[in-house]
Amino acid sequence: MSVLIRIPTPLRSLTNGQNEVREAGSSVREVLDNLTARFPGIGERLMDEKGELRRFINIYVNEEDIRFREGVRTTLKEGDEMSIIPAIAGGSR
Amino acid sequence: MSNPSVPPPPSSDPEGGSLYLRGLKCRECGRIYDLLPVHVCDFCFGPLEVDYKYETIRAGLSRESIERGPKSLWRYKALLPIVGEPTAGLHAGMTPLVRAERLGKVLGLKNLYIKNDTVNHPTLSFKDRVVAVAINRARELGFKTVACASTGNLANSVSAHAASIGMNCFVFIPHDLEAGKILGNLVYKPTVVSVRGNYDDVNRLCSEIGAEYPWAFVNINIRPYYAEGSKSLAFETAEQLGWKIPDQVVVPIASGSLLTKIWKGFQEFANLGIVKENPLLKVNGAQASGCSPVFQAFQAGRTQFVPVKPKTIAKSLAIGNPADGYYALDVVGRSKGQVEAATDPEIVEGMVLLAETEGIFAETAGGVTVACLKKLAQKKAIRPDDVTVAYITGNGLKTMEALTGFLPEPVGIDPTLTSFRKIVNPS
Repeated sequence: MSVLIRIPTPLRSLTNGQNEVREAGSSVREVLDNLTARFPGIGERLMDEKGELRRFINIYVNEEDIRFREGVRTTLKEGDEMSIIPAIAGGSR
Repeated sequence: MSNPSVPPPPSSDPEGGSLYLRGLKCRECGRIYDLLPVHVCDFCFGPLEVDYKYETIRAGLSRESIERGPKSLWRYKALLPIVGEPTAGLHAGMTPLVRAERLGKVLGLKNLYIKNDTVNHPTLSFKDRVVAVAINRARELGFKTVACASTGNLANSVSAHAASIGMNCFVFIPHDLEAGKILGNLVYKPTVVSVRGNYDDVNRLCSEIGAEYPWAFVNINIRPYYAEGSKSLAFETAEQLGWKIPDQVVVPIASGSLLTKIWKGFQEFANLGIVKENPLLKVNGAQASGCSPVFQAFQAGRTQFVPVKPKTIAKSLAIGNPADGYYALDVVGRSKGQVEAATDPEIVEGMVLLAETEGIFAETAGGVTVACLKKLAQKKAIRPDDVTVAYITGNGLKTMEALTGFLPEPVGIDPTLTSFRKIVNPS
């Protein structure tokens, strides 16, 4: 099972310029782990020293902020879309 | 959609030989950036903040040099992030600091002051401060079009300032704003975009639009400069108190930026030796119960907030995902202040109480501040002798809907003395 991930502009240099990538995983955490394994360098951008999602990065699944669901433990299903959005941009749906 | 703007010039001497500005700095990881229209750290996505050359500022800044300056926020220009002389927004700031004896008596506070930004120029809210700074910086950076995502007051101020200097202007607002705030845009003839969503939706949309159009979004790509304008509320307060930092401040929280910048303003003045440090200073936050992510985090003892879906009459504070929420929590915690929240009926009560005791007609956000001030006084978090300043940030004429049904009707009479005596019958 895989989901589509939208990559924000500042991280595209780490995904070979791709603005969207597909990644396998049944939860947000799993997808992020697979993404960071596949694209070296993206991990330190998304996670802090403790391996936690940086506090100014928001993740949306199908346009809903995962903080309204179960954070990185939010489960995913085939066809879901995930966006990585700088928090300073604001916004919650 | 056509693009009416020309792109800003690339980084052609962006610093312009600034005496006082070093660059922008990430508040999270400390990485340094040029003085460009950027607001997010490329590395960790943290927000950027202006980095000042305080040693140089210290050498040229004194109480006397400030007092010789204009009667506006530009008297503190050394601590505001523009490079040249201001050419727009020249009259913002220096609003009254009102000694609130009658309100203080009701609340049991002997040294209460109201910083009255309901009469700011030109659009009657504290946003005239941040926009004055942002519009000058936007011009310096070569933009021809200004824009913003707004809960109302900001859009009013951006529209008016753009009109005053003939800049193109796009303002984006939630569709359900008060009539006064919608009209308060339209009259200046910007393009008003009413978005079917809440403020957080508007803000997110604008960050996407900002990535496509070369516009100065004052609270997005110009945010590092814009936000600094709020420090002037601290500078003025200190000066108007006779060069003193108060013991307590009560500040409404929407994005959380205002509260953090008021704290920063007092810190800067103390660090530069303009005023004596006041270790007692407590910074208190005020939110509406219907949109209180910062209050809820404070109550639970958390340093992170969880976003909420706003539902409150205090629409100017209806930001469910506050950009500076973390920093607001941090400032409240460090200063040993508190965060309070007010329900819709308490907000209306606060508006009326302020009006009937001090003759100041504040918008709903002011009702939130007064209601929270009252709670802080009742539970002795603010003691009777504390020098306390409540920040009233917007004008009640813009949110008249909130009072519908809460005030008595006028007394109707015939145009005769008899009718007056019979119906009004003053004792």
